[in-house]
Amino acid sequence: MTFSADRPTMIEFRDVHKYYGDYHALRGISGEIKAGEFFSLLGPSGCGKTTLLRTIAGFEGISSGVVLIDGKDTAGIPPNKRPTNMVFQSYAIFPHLTVAENVGFGLRRDPRSKAEKAKAVDEALEMVGLKGYGARAANALSGGQRQRVALARALILKPKVLLLDEPLSALDKKMRELMQVELIKLQRQVGITFILVTHDQEEALVMSDRIAVMFEGEIAQLADPETLYRRPNSRKVADFIGTMNFIPCEVLSQGVDTIEVEAKGLGRVTLSADQAPPPKGGEAPVVGLRPETLTLVYPGQSTQDRTVDGVVDEVIYFGDMTYYDVYIGGTDVEVRLSMRNVPGRPILDVGSKVQLAWNPSALVLFR
Amino acid sequence: MSGNQSSGARSGSLGRSEAKSGLMLISPTAIFALLLLAAPLATIIAYSFMADGYLTIIPQFQMCNYIGTCASYEMKDGVLTAAKEYKGVFSDPLAQTLLVRSLGVSLMVTLVTVVLAFPVAYFVSFHVAPERKSLWLFLITIPFWTSYLVRVFLWKVILGYNGVINSALMGLGIINEPITALNYNVGAIITTLAHAYAPFAILPIFVALEKIDRSFLEAGQDLGESAFNTFRRVTLPLAMPGVISATLIVFIPTVGDYVTPNLVGGPEGKLVANLIQLQYMKLDNYPLGSATAVSAMLLVAVVSLIFLFLNRRYLRGPK
Repeated sequence: MTFSADRPTMIEFRDVHKYYGDYHALRGISGEIKAGEFFSLLGPSGCGKTTLLRTIAGFEGISSGVVLIDGKDTAGIPPNKRPTNMVFQSYAIFPHLTVAENVGFGLRRDPRSKAEKAKAVDEALEMVGLKGYGARAANALSGGQRQRVALARALILKPKVLLLDEPLSALDKKMRELMQVELIKLQRQVGITFILVTHDQEEALVMSDRIAVMFEGEIAQLADPETLYRRPNSRKVADFIGTMNFIPCEVLSQGVDTIEVEAKGLGRVTLSADQAPPPKGGEAPVVGLRPETLTLVYPGQSTQDRTVDGVVDEVIYFGDMTYYDVYIGGTDVEVRLSMRNVPGRPILDVGSKVQLAWNPSALVLFR
Repeated sequence: MSGNQSSGARSGSLGRSEAKSGLMLISPTAIFALLLLAAPLATIIAYSFMADGYLTIIPQFQMCNYIGTCASYEMKDGVLTAAKEYKGVFSDPLAQTLLVRSLGVSLMVTLVTVVLAFPVAYFVSFHVAPERKSLWLFLITIPFWTSYLVRVFLWKVILGYNGVINSALMGLGIINEPITALNYNVGAIITTLAHAYAPFAILPIFVALEKIDRSFLEAGQDLGESAFNTFRRVTLPLAMPGVISATLIVFIPTVGDYVTPNLVGGPEGKLVANLIQLQYMKLDNYPLGSATAVSAMLLVAVVSLIFLFLNRRYLRGPK
């Protein structure tokens, strides 16, 4: 999960803006993507993540700002002259060519001999697990196979950056999980910078070294998956990634390193400064708690954490997990918590009185 | 009647009754096609192997309408007598000349039409805003609002001795006397037919271009090809089914076109259809006219099949 920040920069955005007529699609994007990084652009549809990816590929011009690839300004450089290759959402496998012709499409001007090119195509197909598929018609492939061909076709050109536009969204769940792992392995094997566009937060968390969460044309947070999950810098990011309970609170006092808050149902809590991202303003303050940081204290168990009494309002059974919605502290505040179903933890009924354990260090303050 | 019984009976003979109702449904068109297309065609083919009598056709099998020398028969004193001789289609230099010329004119018309139609279709498909495309297609079909004959006459007016082009050029002082080379030749036929068949070529090419996923073109560029080479390696091969349709749609009917060569072709611009008309109407030689028509049809079929064969790799459907 750790990623060394001292690697050279591969892509840099400097205050990139993009307008479609009156529509402001990219609103001042700045940031760096490191060489060899698996980087994800994550956000809901319409947030500008695909537009940003396409500005790297050269399919979209930008209205202002600078996009640098490997230190070179990309302004005016067409897609065919950029050291990037793309795996399209639809895969864009040419239907009139065979698998081998598709993979070798970009090698036309390659000075190597025909035999060497054919060998390179075979190697690329082997790398993506499609050895011996070269002579097949592209139309005869399944979704997962098309994606592999698209990967081989892009990687055979040894780009500095591989752009992936929602490459897994068309696959079924099993295939998607398989391809996630394969993509990670492939990226480590080839060492090329991968930039993935996705709206699936789980996919981004699983695959990425770092993630940029985008909303409405802006990067809301750029961080590694763990930071993003544990310390989201806004309620919006917290809400988009995973599940989070938000509990109304009141800020009592603000120290240099600590903040004192009174959370509804939980009582008075002292938070460290890193649990309180910079205030956004305009919203009532809340503290956020992930469901898995809360536990129920079963009879005979003890806990080091602080506890609060609650009443079960809803039970959602998942097999390996059970989710409980619990009213806490005699208030109308409801929190969701998740419990692994292990021996000694019977499934509770709606209306059960429970003791809920929580840890102040898991809290994040949004204000 | 019991619902259960009837549904049981239906499920047993579902396939047959579906086939039956299918036949019922297509029968009006099938009868129409048989009576109005297949029957006349069979008649023409049959005529082409018969002998020519005076105002009659003598049902006597012979190949000489195609190859060799035939005799026309007349009634003399109640007996059929060979009156005069004529040459079969492939033994008659004039028929051969006209067949070759028709084929050449038709190929030229097809080439000109398809080559000019492609950019139009490409423009409408790639550069016209989606909400305007229907309007553009509508505008392209406007020439069809007037009859074919009127359009041919319009070209006469444009290309004629005192026509629009000559008057304009003379008015501008570019020429002193009208150019006679504009009208009444093969060039005029090609111009007129290319204009008349333009929409037939534009529409199939447009449809083929519309079906091309735009990400294919981006992929072509992304993989290092310039816009031109992407067109050459991706757009054109994917548009070929449309180009092939356009080619056949223009080529097949123009070989047999009769009106245009008659009106703007002049003496040097007579085509095989004019010969057929002459043989049927002026010479009253139905067997020879039929043989010429069948020959023209075979020629078109052979050329079309060769063309399809040469382009077979573009016509493979999804496997």
